[in-house]
Amino acid sequence: MTALPDFKHPDLPRDPRFPDVDAVIAALRAEDYIAERDLATAIYLSLRMGKPIFLEGEPGVGKTEVAKVLARCLDSELIRLQCYEGLDVSTAVYEWNYRRQLLHLRGLEAAGVADARTAVDDVFSADFLLERPLLRAVRQSRKGGAPPVLLIDELDRADEEFEAYLLEILADFQITIPEIGTVAAETPPVAVVTSNRTREVHDALKRRCLYHWIDFPDYEKEVQIVLRRVPEAPEHFAAEIVRLVQAIREEDLFKHPGVAETLDWTNALIALDQETLSDEILRDTLGVLLKYQDDLDKIDDEAVRRLLRKSRSASD
Amino acid sequence: MAATRGHLLRNIVLFGRLLRVGSLDVTPTQLRDWVAALELVDLARKRDVKAAARAVLVSRRRDLPWFDKAFELFWQARDPRELEQLELGLLVQRHTERTKRAALQKLALRDGDDGDGDHPDDRDRTARTRLYSAREALRKKDFAELEGDELDEIKRLMATMRWELETRRTRRLRPSRGGHRLDLRRTLRRSLAHGGEMIHLVGRDRKHRRRPLVLICDISGSMEPYSRLLLHFIYAVSHPRSADPGVSKVESFAFGTRLTRLTHELAERDVDRALQAAAHRIEDWGGGTRTGEALREFNYIWSRRLLGQGAAVLIISDGWDRGDIGLLGHEMERLHRSCHRLIWLNPLLGSPDYQPLTRGIVAALPHVDDFLPVHNLASLEQLGDLLAAM
Repeated sequence: MTALPDFKHPDLPRDPRFPDVDAVIAALRAEDYIAERDLATAIYLSLRMGKPIFLEGEPGVGKTEVAKVLARCLDSELIRLQCYEGLDVSTAVYEWNYRRQLLHLRGLEAAGVADARTAVDDVFSADFLLERPLLRAVRQSRKGGAPPVLLIDELDRADEEFEAYLLEILADFQITIPEIGTVAAETPPVAVVTSNRTREVHDALKRRCLYHWIDFPDYEKEVQIVLRRVPEAPEHFAAEIVRLVQAIREEDLFKHPGVAETLDWTNALIALDQETLSDEILRDTLGVLLKYQDDLDKIDDEAVRRLLRKSRSASD
Repeated sequence: MAATRGHLLRNIVLFGRLLRVGSLDVTPTQLRDWVAALELVDLARKRDVKAAARAVLVSRRRDLPWFDKAFELFWQARDPRELEQLELGLLVQRHTERTKRAALQKLALRDGDDGDGDHPDDRDRTARTRLYSAREALRKKDFAELEGDELDEIKRLMATMRWELETRRTRRLRPSRGGHRLDLRRTLRRSLAHGGEMIHLVGRDRKHRRRPLVLICDISGSMEPYSRLLLHFIYAVSHPRSADPGVSKVESFAFGTRLTRLTHELAERDVDRALQAAAHRIEDWGGGTRTGEALREFNYIWSRRLLGQGAAVLIISDGWDRGDIGLLGHEMERLHRSCHRLIWLNPLLGSPDYQPLTRGIVAALPHVDDFLPVHNLASLEQLGDLLAAM
């Protein structure tokens, strides 16, 4: 039998705060994020192995929240890059400060310096560089202290060109600026990539990452989330709300309400001084949960009564 | 200890192979990462080991069910031999299934060919078409009436057709002469050669990109005379021959009573194997039609993922429908709203006496941008022109 070869990751950063999965769960909970154990395991591995984590799931299941909470847990800066089609180097990585460059050139001219060589060196130096999220993430992780959390949000909205570029960045957290040279991260930032799956993200990129599909939480988890995030809600009411939302998720709808909608709805009901659900209030506030006209049409008076009956019988 | 670690490693490698049996491609790097991950989690906790394996080895949601199954087997196997046998068993099972399938397929194909040749008014038709040159006649000949050799010829011609999809202006900018926006970076760079005087202004403009194409083909009983050849057509569109492909992304689906995605099957390079794989995937071949339900599935599951970048959608169907007609209208309307252009291709439209009066067509037509025939090669050429200039 062969012995286990040395496959150890080159430099596993040992963070004494997170010795195991349970510690991650506890830290997330302390920041009011109730995570499934599977998700916590993926986060824990991402921290220990220095690999980016790729989160997919329906909108509103708390993907972006993971990065925000992680930054708070790690007490480090959150650097966010919101993706969109056409996102390019000048908005994602760096840009030259043209206004300053021009002023500087005029200044040189006024001072009678005519040497073009020095002008180029001057103008394309770090002083004239505007850092954008990716460069910032790489630079921040060089300054000692905790590496930042880099959130690359809704990658599916970016185009293939940016995805290819990101593949390079995520591999070694190294950015080359032709005029200055290469900047490399000392300890890689904690990278969180999210996608709503409006487009299939390339496999190569996902393979570089730890992949996790976030599902809607089960009943107990979701009640805990509501109680944590909307402390004004009495426990029995939170339970009633979650039972109803979970019943709606079993309906045949175009877009099911996410956890974000559950929280919005709870807040709305509290703001309306409600303490229990009724046909009327459910009908009036359904727009908080369902965002498509077809779905709203489908949940008519009869469906409202049926859903309420169903969620009440589930409590017995 | 060394022995148990050795066991573990062998099991890990076998597990990787087990996953590949379920066409979940695991790279050696991923396996290595998993070994690294296993050192970090408590090996006695099944849930953590499983979550770690899943995070590292799976990168698509659709692979999760197979992963779960394979992991249970992996976890239960006590020594490598058990796993090995298991894997072998699965491989053998898959192999026999495949040969069985191939044999069935061949039979089916032969049946189809025979059926085509037995038309009663064969001779009349040949007499009529003699007036034209053979090639021209073939171009205009209805797909349903093709005979053995002609069928092969048509397939060959289909494969040589060039498909070009209209481009769409993207939001990505690239340098261009006379572009509408100033490229400050390049302009400034150039100006340095003239001591900072901006003599040349460099512009930037929107980049253009081909629109994605989605094909949804009816393979129910009423489409039988056309469906095989139409799958050929879909294959031809998905595999551009020239170095400059006129299409970028093609997604294909088939439907009868349910929707089947064929993109992966038709991506296979070899035509026969691609079509065989597609035919095997389709479980409702030659059955009834429930267009509304199929489109609904497309809208709910696929539209948000495939129609994002100004896609054109082609639905190929004769509109004979036994499903919910209200639903069909409703889902057509939704589909129409979410794509750039919705084109309905109907093989029956080639006949001069055809009137679009079937319930399905009546419900769908208000939501269609173009309603075109697809019964012979000439109609495909016409479609090609449309796709190039939408």
